[in-house]
Amino acid sequence: MEENVVLTARGISMTFPGVKALDNVDFTLRKGEIHALMGENGAGKSTLIKCLTGINDFEAGEIRVEGVDGPVKNRSTKDAQNIGISTVYQEVNLCPNLSVAENLFIGREPLTKLHTIDRKSYNKRSMKIMEDLGISVDVTQNLENYSLAIQQMVAIARAVDMDCKVLILDEPTSSLDDEEVEKLFSLMRKLKEKGVGIIFVTHFLEQVYAVCDRITVLRNGAFVGEFPIAELPRVKLVAAMMGKDLDDLAEIQKEQKDYSKEPMEIEAKGLSHAGTIKPFDLNIHKGEVVGIGGLLGSGRSELARCIYGADKAQTGTLAVAGQQVKINQPIDAMNKGMGMLPDDRKAEGIIADLSVRENIILALQAKRGMFKQLSRAQQEEIADRYIDLVKIKTASKDTLIKQLSGGNQQKVILARWLATDPDFLILDEPTRGIDVGTKSEIQKLIVKLAGEGKSVLFISSEIEEMLRTCNRMVIMRDGQKVGEIDHDLSQEGVMKAIAGGES
Amino acid sequence: MSTWKKIKSWPLLLPVVALILVMAVNIIHDAATGVNPLSFFSISLRETTTNGTILYGRLIDVINRGSEIAILAIGMTLVVSASAGTDISVGSVMSLCASAMCVTLAGYGVSSTTTLAKPLVIGLLAAILMGIVCGAFNGTLVAHLSIQPMVATLILYSAARAIGLLLCNDLIVYVRNPSFAFIGSFLGPIPTPIVITAICIAIVSVVLKKTALGMYIQSVGINARASRIAGLNSKLLIFLAYTLCGVFASIAGIVASSRITSADSNNIGLYLEMDAILSVALGGNSLGGGKFNLAGSIIGAYTIQAITTTLYALGVSSIQAPVYKAVIVIIIVVIEAPPFKAFLKRHSAAFASKGV
Amino acid sequence: MKANSKKSFNSNTLLLVITIVLFCVLYVGGCIAYGSKGFTHFQTFLNILITNAGLICVACGMTCVMLTGGIDISVGALIAMDCMMLAVGMEKGIGAVTMVLIVLLVGVVFGVVQGFLVGYLEIQPFIVSMAGMFFCRGMTAVICTDQVSITEKINATFYKWANTKVTIPFGGYVNNKGKYMAPYVRPGVIVAILVLIIIFIMLRYTKFGRSLYAVGGSAQSAAMMGLNVKKIKMGAYMLSSILCSVGGVCYCLNTMAGSVTQALGLEMDAISSAVIGGTLLTGGVGNVIGSFFGVLINGTISSIVKTNGKLASSWPNILTAALLFIFIVIQSIFAAVRARRK
Repeated sequence: MEENVVLTARGISMTFPGVKALDNVDFTLRKGEIHALMGENGAGKSTLIKCLTGINDFEAGEIRVEGVDGPVKNRSTKDAQNIGISTVYQEVNLCPNLSVAENLFIGREPLTKLHTIDRKSYNKRSMKIMEDLGISVDVTQNLENYSLAIQQMVAIARAVDMDCKVLILDEPTSSLDDEEVEKLFSLMRKLKEKGVGIIFVTHFLEQVYAVCDRITVLRNGAFVGEFPIAELPRVKLVAAMMGKDLDDLAEIQKEQKDYSKEPMEIEAKGLSHAGTIKPFDLNIHKGEVVGIGGLLGSGRSELARCIYGADKAQTGTLAVAGQQVKINQPIDAMNKGMGMLPDDRKAEGIIADLSVRENIILALQAKRGMFKQLSRAQQEEIADRYIDLVKIKTASKDTLIKQLSGGNQQKVILARWLATDPDFLILDEPTRGIDVGTKSEIQKLIVKLAGEGKSVLFISSEIEEMLRTCNRMVIMRDGQKVGEIDHDLSQEGVMKAIAGGES
Repeated sequence: MSTWKKIKSWPLLLPVVALILVMAVNIIHDAATGVNPLSFFSISLRETTTNGTILYGRLIDVINRGSEIAILAIGMTLVVSASAGTDISVGSVMSLCASAMCVTLAGYGVSSTTTLAKPLVIGLLAAILMGIVCGAFNGTLVAHLSIQPMVATLILYSAARAIGLLLCNDLIVYVRNPSFAFIGSFLGPIPTPIVITAICIAIVSVVLKKTALGMYIQSVGINARASRIAGLNSKLLIFLAYTLCGVFASIAGIVASSRITSADSNNIGLYLEMDAILSVALGGNSLGGGKFNLAGSIIGAYTIQAITTTLYALGVSSIQAPVYKAVIVIIIVVIEAPPFKAFLKRHSAAFASKGV
Repeated sequence: MKANSKKSFNSNTLLLVITIVLFCVLYVGGCIAYGSKGFTHFQTFLNILITNAGLICVACGMTCVMLTGGIDISVGALIAMDCMMLAVGMEKGIGAVTMVLIVLLVGVVFGVVQGFLVGYLEIQPFIVSMAGMFFCRGMTAVICTDQVSITEKINATFYKWANTKVTIPFGGYVNNKGKYMAPYVRPGVIVAILVLIIIFIMLRYTKFGRSLYAVGGSAQSAAMMGLNVKKIKMGAYMLSSILCSVGGVCYCLNTMAGSVTQALGLEMDAISSAVIGGTLLTGGVGNVIGSFFGVLINGTISSIVKTNGKLASSWPNILTAALLFIFIVIQSIFAAVRARRK
């Protein structure tokens, strides 16, 4: 093993059913460095981390850790901890109802002669640990009394005290405010001086440049490159992360016209939802496709959810087709002609144990109300029509949706909304995790819908496909709408806007 | 092979197999004791002094006595499907509804009467109203306060009987009136409870067939978040399921009370929550919520009653019967438990590889 | 860097304070209303302990199970089975000590089975313990369907235990015949207090005790931190059944009988005691001191109803359920507030 290197991963490959999650990925972590692992959603960051920590079982490649002879294959997080790899997640994996000291020592408490827990001793030791790391807390207080930032630091302290050589921080900053982030960074720098290698996963670009030494970029499960921070300015990083997908650049003809003359479909003023999205204004005209650009976590989904009532807007007003409306829950939005395909297909899209037919007619049925049931014949007719229209590959319309592939499940959800004949459709990552052919089908469909006079709000991690389909783009950063681009939509321009900053 | 697969995926496999098993035990027991082996199935007409000509036979008895369980099973199926939890208060709510009805019919403080203080319909309405209130109470706790279903229903499980006693002024209220007793006796040759159960099942089947309620409830039970995005009001549906469960508990309470022409707070519906839950599980429905199969639950209910009747025939008393039912519940949930399935899979795989 | 810790006076301590205040209010209220009927005597308080010795043990076990986020509704029926076993066993001529040991052993076995089903097979605790409840209730009837009393003739040792008075050197009074009445408790109370102290120490100062809290706080985190969650859950149910059996013996010392309908609804009293005492239904928070006060509140309510003499016998049941309801709602509101704060 190279001098100063604590961890290497070479040629890691792993497939999930139907998807190559990691393809021959390399990763090297040196002593005392903070190494950012970057990539858009589905790039394989979490998969790689799970391979390192023993949650995922990778198929090919090897992982070596300093101080361990031969390749390492962890079977559980505990194995990983034993050889010095600890992980701190965004969701703190500690017990909020126990004291700080207990959280540091649970499972390895010092005992007295009577085999009871030596509270005094571990309180004292905890105090010392926290002092060493420069965190001032009362270790006898319950963890839940502290902010998330402190909780995260306690988790880090636990990892450090368990002799970790490799500390993985998985999106630790997503729910912290600026001051808290700064505290976390100073702790990270302190650990770096102690020689701990830190893998830092985040989607905030500023933070990468604030604290990291080196960046490894993944895209679609493949290794893009490893760069010292100085050699990779923001725009290049964004380009490396987003790439230029070689999906067939089908001859998609979006309408080229001036939409500002068209009637207004959606007019949002000052909508916001505490904790997820700051107040924003947004206008969408009839027949217009508006894209939301921004990195994951920038508030792009939250903006859409706020309009749709999935997260009830707490401030601001919304007008649909010129009329002021009050939306308390999704059904209200649906009755105003909206539809939303959510980004988390499993958690918020499919009803796994129901058939394709039932999944397609669900929203239409909900809109009609319980007592106006669609007859079986109508249901089958609708199901057939949409299976045909969006080309869903299914054994029959009575197949359970969970038996379909991801792409086909997504088409079923799309069909669900098309069946309600919406005037305004929100599509949140409709093309994520589905094959190239289906992607271009969905893109074509979006343009076609717009041609029919429907308005679409389109969210995607792939700038290319938004450029191809959108008439206008809204740019989001850090839970805030930071701008709009309505002419001269170009890859470079959008990336610059997304990246922000000076570089 | 493919027929085997078809049989295996038949939703009514579990309840039907259980029913056949119980019948087989009866046949063997009858044969062993020297009675006609098929006496379990024989139905005859018999003259009685009180009710005229009536249908008579053990099968009729099972279907008659199983009425309350079958009615409860309808409500329980909806609750389990929508909320992945069970309503353990149904037995007590039955009792409370019966008390409310009898007190309305007899008047407060009266312990025995042959004339009705109020028209029968008012009494029935009082019972059903009480059922709605209880169901709505449970539903509010579960749907709106997000309390675990079984803890929420535990409150009425223990309080409903006591409230019933309070209503009855600590008495067993007897309403010995023929128009009231009719509900628990005979309609022509057929026991009235069977007719009432049939009506309940018919109404629910029609509702499930003609409205989207069934799909709504299943959808919420499978994925409440996705259902909300698709425009369903998840909370309202869970609330509705519990309220309906309360209504069915009240109907079961009316039947049970009319059978004994009294409101015996301590004994009406005793242990029936267990039977109702067991019916749902035996009907092939997952106690984890989601898809439901009402026919399965109904067959399950009669299977439970057949088990109870069989146990009596074998000399097990009614207070001992819960032992066997408890064992059956545990066997069913163990078979359903994912860790157990994984264990079997591992071992059958190991066995197969050894075989090669 | 300054940590923004809030004062230790959080919602959980608040619940405990509410409980203790509620007890004091109830008890003082009882004293004022029924002072003439002897409610003010120290012995009245001790009688609450004597009647509820069994419940105290059970509530301790219930607290442990509820700390892990589970529940055990089999306890009332298990007590009935224990009493019936004791009564029938001694009637058959088996010694008191042997019978007590057998009952404890049955508790262990029963707890292991329930714990295995919940911990290792991951079946809902409610379903498991409900089946356990019906199993025990039915089993009681299988052992004997009649009420069996334990008299001096049947077992002198057990009878002696039951009638031993442990006098307390203070707090007595002189009755209207001029005789000094020394306050006393029964051996069951001593056992219950011992159990309370042991479980208090266990929950606070042993690895197992703390891991119960950890599992209840977040089972996933506990597993991540290297605790064996399955084993800990199983341990909790075992402990509950053992303590329930200890409680069963105390209960039997008080009632001196076995019957199928004994301890009906005791699971409810135990659960409400724990909840009233500040144990969260979601697990992770609570302690046996709170549960002890919960038992006292329940005991005081029954005592008041009994002293009044005119109130219907179903009132304690209703009030217990009402209290449970109120505290569950309070918990749920606290949880909502806490969630919103985050």
